[in-house]
Amino acid sequence: MEHIPILKIGEFLVVTIQTDVDDRLALTLQDNLTNQICKKGAHGLLIDISSLDVVDSFMGRVLGNITAMSRLLGAEAVVVGIRPAVAITLVELGLSLGKIRTALNLEKGMELLRASLGSPEKESSHGSPE
Amino acid sequence: MVLRNNKIVHLHSLEDIIHLRHSTRTWAIELGFNLIAQTKLVTAVSELARNMLNFGGGGTVDIEVLEKKNYKGLRLSFKDHGPGIEDIEQAMKDGYTTGMGLGLGLGGSMRLVNEFKISSHVGEGTSVVITMWQ
Repeated sequence: MEHIPILKIGEFLVVTIQTDVDDRLALTLQDNLTNQICKKGAHGLLIDISSLDVVDSFMGRVLGNITAMSRLLGAEAVVVGIRPAVAITLVELGLSLGKIRTALNLEKGMELLRASLGSPEKESSHGSPE
Repeated sequence: MVLRNNKIVHLHSLEDIIHLRHSTRTWAIELGFNLIAQTKLVTAVSELARNMLNFGGGGTVDIEVLEKKNYKGLRLSFKDHGPGIEDIEQAMKDGYTTGMGLGLGLGGSMRLVNEFKISSHVGEGTSVVITMWQ
């Protein structure tokens, strides 16, 4: 069975998705990622999809799930490496990936994570005072 | 319109979907589709292939190369003998899903390609035909 490796780079976890996933692989990936986040106490996760020349709605859902699960475990996820043609197609498909944070590449993704983890109070400027 | 070439693919597993995506990409490149058109087509193919697998119990995909004047086109006909779709209009609405999906597969595919035709009969199966021109 396919195996998607998860690496620790500095204080973040990095997962590189290079193949299409099905239900089984998606579940395995989600399992492994959540376990690793807990085990390594990671506060940030970078999901590198720069190898993917196609992202369909199923993959979009997988990315959304991973982001949500990570958040529940106290980690922020950032998707990096969306190809231009993929970005164009995703918008036409109707997949805005609204709740998913993105960055151009791993480097910018790490900058984004460091910035947001460094100042937790400034996460959101929306909403009225309690 | 002239039919130049065709091939029938059987779709029953994720591996078949991956092969179909690659075949579609290869044919699109050979026919001179630009990168955006290639990506849109392969994405639509992925959506419809997954639908066929998850809801239709697998099926066949007929790939045809078309030619109109000087333009080349690729047509893929997805046919399954699954349960069929009761309300096609509803199924085409964004966000509607009978499974665990995002409900974007049918409507989304239609937006990505040049021509889209769907027919379905409950208890008999579903057919979705998409065409992308160069």
